[in-house]
Amino acid sequence: MRYSALALVRGALTGHRNWRPAWRSPEPRAAYDVVIVGGGGHGLAAAYYLAKNHGITNVAVLERGWLGGGNTGRNTTVVRSNYLFPESARLYDFSLKLYEGLSRELNFNVMLSQRGHVMLAHSRHDLESMARWVNAMHMNGIDAELLTREAVGQLVPALDLSPAARYPVLGGFLQPRAGTARHDAVAWGYARAADALGVDILQHCEVTGFLRGRGGRIVGVDTNRGPIAAERIGIAAAGHSSVLAALAGFRLPVTSYALQAMVTEPLKPRLDTVVISPGTGAYVSQSDKGEMVIGGSLDLFASYAQRGSFAVLQSVVAATLAMFPSFSRLRLLRQWAGIVDVVHDSSPIIGPTPVPGLYINCGWGTGGFKAIPAGGWLLAHVLATGESHELAEPFQLERFTSGRLIDEAAASGIAH
Amino acid sequence: MMQLECPCCGRRDEAEFVCGGTTHIARPGLAASDVEWGAYLFFRDNPKGVLLERWRHSYGCGLWFNVARHTVTHEVLAVYSISAAPPALR
Repeated sequence: MRYSALALVRGALTGHRNWRPAWRSPEPRAAYDVVIVGGGGHGLAAAYYLAKNHGITNVAVLERGWLGGGNTGRNTTVVRSNYLFPESARLYDFSLKLYEGLSRELNFNVMLSQRGHVMLAHSRHDLESMARWVNAMHMNGIDAELLTREAVGQLVPALDLSPAARYPVLGGFLQPRAGTARHDAVAWGYARAADALGVDILQHCEVTGFLRGRGGRIVGVDTNRGPIAAERIGIAAAGHSSVLAALAGFRLPVTSYALQAMVTEPLKPRLDTVVISPGTGAYVSQSDKGEMVIGGSLDLFASYAQRGSFAVLQSVVAATLAMFPSFSRLRLLRQWAGIVDVVHDSSPIIGPTPVPGLYINCGWGTGGFKAIPAGGWLLAHVLATGESHELAEPFQLERFTSGRLIDEAAASGIAH
Repeated sequence: MMQLECPCCGRRDEAEFVCGGTTHIARPGLAASDVEWGAYLFFRDNPKGVLLERWRHSYGCGLWFNVARHTVTHEVLAVYSISAAPPALR
């Protein structure tokens, strides 16, 4: 069923009794060409692009919980491509460009809102490093503007611009094409579009082991719903990547941390950009419902608990109020955490693993949501062809042996 | 808020401590291969379960010490000296 204004009118006239589920919930088949472990944005996007770009439709996505119930539903919905190095700029701008056409591509409104992303400078050093950063972005063909203090004030009138502020604002920079997208819709849109192309989406299906054949090659998975054979397997499991890697018998240069986010009670429109302050350690945007969506630093110790530490919550709230003193009267409605897969250079790993036939997409750390279309596209490419896409070539597991890291610690936003 | 037992100062809030990550990492010799160096520099235990890690009471006495902590429940199973061998855990 295609979604359209006409379909909506037809639905209204028939009392909304004839809408069909957006995807099927089939029983697992005994074998698939490709199995993808992880039914978040990256896994669902990979399944969609396998079917769409490569014509491989005998595919299953296995999800331990429910679709998009991990980091896809736990992030702060920001999309941007303000990265420093050419390899990352190409990768993240490819993703942002896919986002720009995604609602039409998937026939599902992902509510992309390119409201701009403002990064604040609080010192002369910040100003100088941002000038370098904006120049690097221009060299990589990505639009960005340096902002004076006055220009920041015009974009974000709610900000405390007084020289007496704990961290005075001296300027900043803007990526105008950055913004937010509705995270659940990204998962659901990819799931619906993949399902329509024949992909089986299997929820509450947890991988408990990997089946190996001759030469150690992967031949399938064991799950709580029985064994499933597959010629190739892709892992897109974010914070649980190390757990799956251990099941398959190899190690990853990944540490899992809890990353918190929180929302306030809703209020009238007050903030129409995304504002981030690496100096104070928080970033804020306003959702379409009116809630202030706030994020900050990792809880800096390894964790698989999807709840945040109160110590970090306090510092993130304090940082937010240092930027926006008028928010002090707002109450927090909800706070939660997702488990993110952090690597030493804050760049992803997309490609083969030491196990033949097993591929992985992980290491996005604190910034995986913005990369969903690209991560899915590139994992699908390597699963379908056995060769890494040129955009993914710099982002191989092998770089942790060769030492050719792509250190995007600064562009990952808040210092972690 | 999580609390940790500093061997010197006793039980204090998490906010007083800084986590130094996985402990008991042995530095390989100078003849180590690239694979061994890569493993030493970048690959860490990341269990969904008990992790042996080091913490520092940064905003207190400054002592480094080892902790065995469960990464799901955050339960601290043992606190031991920075130079001690890992304890036998239940």
